[in-house]
Amino acid sequence: MSAVATAPASGRPTRARVADGISNTLLVLIAALFSVPLLWVIFASIHPDATLAVQFPTSPTLGNYDAVLNEETTYRPMWNSLVLCGGGTLITVVCSALAAYPLSRYSSRAKRPFLLTIIFATGLPITAVMIPVYAMFVQVNLVDSMLGATVFLGTSALPYGIFLTKNFMDGVPKELEESAWTEGATMMQTLRKIVLPLMRPGTAVVTIFTFVQMWGNFFVPFMLLLSPEKLPAAVSLYTFSSQYGQVAYGQLAAFSILYSLPVVVLYLLLGRRLGAGFAMAGGVKG
Amino acid sequence: MTATTAAQAPAKPDLRRTATRGLPLAPAVVLLVLFLAGPIVYAVYLAFTNRALRGEGADTTDFVGLANFTDALSNPEFWNSVVLTLVFTIVSAIIGQNILGMVLALLMRRAAKIVAGITGAIVVCAWILPEVVAAYLWTTFLGDEGSLNRILGTLGLPDQNWLFALPILAVSFANIWRGAAFTMLMYTAALSEVSTDVVEAAQIDGAGAVRRFVSITVPIIRRTIMTNLMLITLQTLSVFGLIFIMTGGGPGTSSQTLPLYMYEQAFSFGQLGYGTAVALLLLLIGALASIAYLRMLPREEKM
Repeated sequence: MSAVATAPASGRPTRARVADGISNTLLVLIAALFSVPLLWVIFASIHPDATLAVQFPTSPTLGNYDAVLNEETTYRPMWNSLVLCGGGTLITVVCSALAAYPLSRYSSRAKRPFLLTIIFATGLPITAVMIPVYAMFVQVNLVDSMLGATVFLGTSALPYGIFLTKNFMDGVPKELEESAWTEGATMMQTLRKIVLPLMRPGTAVVTIFTFVQMWGNFFVPFMLLLSPEKLPAAVSLYTFSSQYGQVAYGQLAAFSILYSLPVVVLYLLLGRRLGAGFAMAGGVKG
Repeated sequence: MTATTAAQAPAKPDLRRTATRGLPLAPAVVLLVLFLAGPIVYAVYLAFTNRALRGEGADTTDFVGLANFTDALSNPEFWNSVVLTLVFTIVSAIIGQNILGMVLALLMRRAAKIVAGITGAIVVCAWILPEVVAAYLWTTFLGDEGSLNRILGTLGLPDQNWLFALPILAVSFANIWRGAAFTMLMYTAALSEVSTDVVEAAQIDGAGAVRRFVSITVPIIRRTIMTNLMLITLQTLSVFGLIFIMTGGGPGTSSQTLPLYMYEQAFSFGQLGYGTAVALLLLLIGALASIAYLRMLPREEKM
């Protein structure tokens, strides 16, 4: 859409070109505004004495990375993140695939209420659940347990995982399974050998999306984990400034980049597909 | 609720077949009941008690009836948080992310492929960065010596510590930056399904761009707009890390939205019962918002 639209039919090609030009200019402007904070983190991470403002590093250095690439600052928090998010993602993906199968293949009177519950749970603000979860975890001694945090992360991603997986599974034609049924294959065999291989791209979307969400999650591990040696990167980044007394901006930036890198790489691997799967799930189809 | 639906058998025979078919649902249902439905039920219990982390209510837990709720509703700090939550949600989600996302999606349809591609990549990058990183990027961007003040300085404008001067707007802008990509992706997908024939026909009939957008495009993608508004509203209602790291809810309580208020009450002051009551009120606001959006959908499209 454009602001110039009143000229009569004679000007159509010119008008269209002007509209294109305006669109391009506006987009470049928005992109420039959006990228200022991003430029800061990139420049500051290779700047020997980074400050709060974006400054082009005249003598770039990897010193900041050197300073944070050690067991305590980077390797352990990243490993913790990997354990938490990898475990959580595994729980979500496996449970979602299992749950989606009957939901996608069979009809039952319980199906609609179940799906509605799932969709409702998708919108549940997890933040609001964290205080009771913490209180409950205190009761059963699960606070500061990696397993507890992992299972909770996995469960919190389940409603969306089931919903997304079911949508992808609905796209797999039923005919192929039917012949397997007649040959006497069990439900699990059909799911594992026929349905899942056919929906590999969909499963990849669910896996990567779940992992990316968990990787960035701050509140859940912040609430459920206490010991410094168990903290994932999201929380250790928060404690970064207090660890160093005075904030070393360059190191903060370097660690931010190291911590963000896995999700950016995963996103690039998926490319457009994540966006597509995402938008599809947005158009709530029951 | 979820537990019964899975095990529920139809009134007619074939109980066994239903059970076998429902079996793969079991792991998911067990987890959801234990770790999601469980805490909510537990929250309903806690909210009526004086459970605390220390002091009175730590040793013995007593029922206090509706005291937590009446305390909250008569507490100016609670209402301060409600108002801030609404400001944050309306400014950053309903206005900011929604309109910016739509503008981006519309502009990309006209723009050169390369420009659209690069802009899309940058906007999406802001979206996939972890929350904590986004919070730090905006803290430095808006800080006393930050990039924004540098830019304003070169333009000859006065500088400010934005996190202190306009905290709720500062966190709102950070949230717009972070969330615009979601809306952009949703609307891009929806717009690609709007048939160009209809739009061109209107153009030939002399409808201007604004008119075409309002009378043709919006009604066609109305369902996506409502779904998107609902999703971003719910996401924004529960934003915690971004605000917690950027301002800590301050200065004072001037950016203390409900999740931060809830956290402060439950942890800094140790009032688990009261904090849970606030959490339930937050859940209620989320539920009301979803119902409102669902009701706005055209009748035949209701769930």
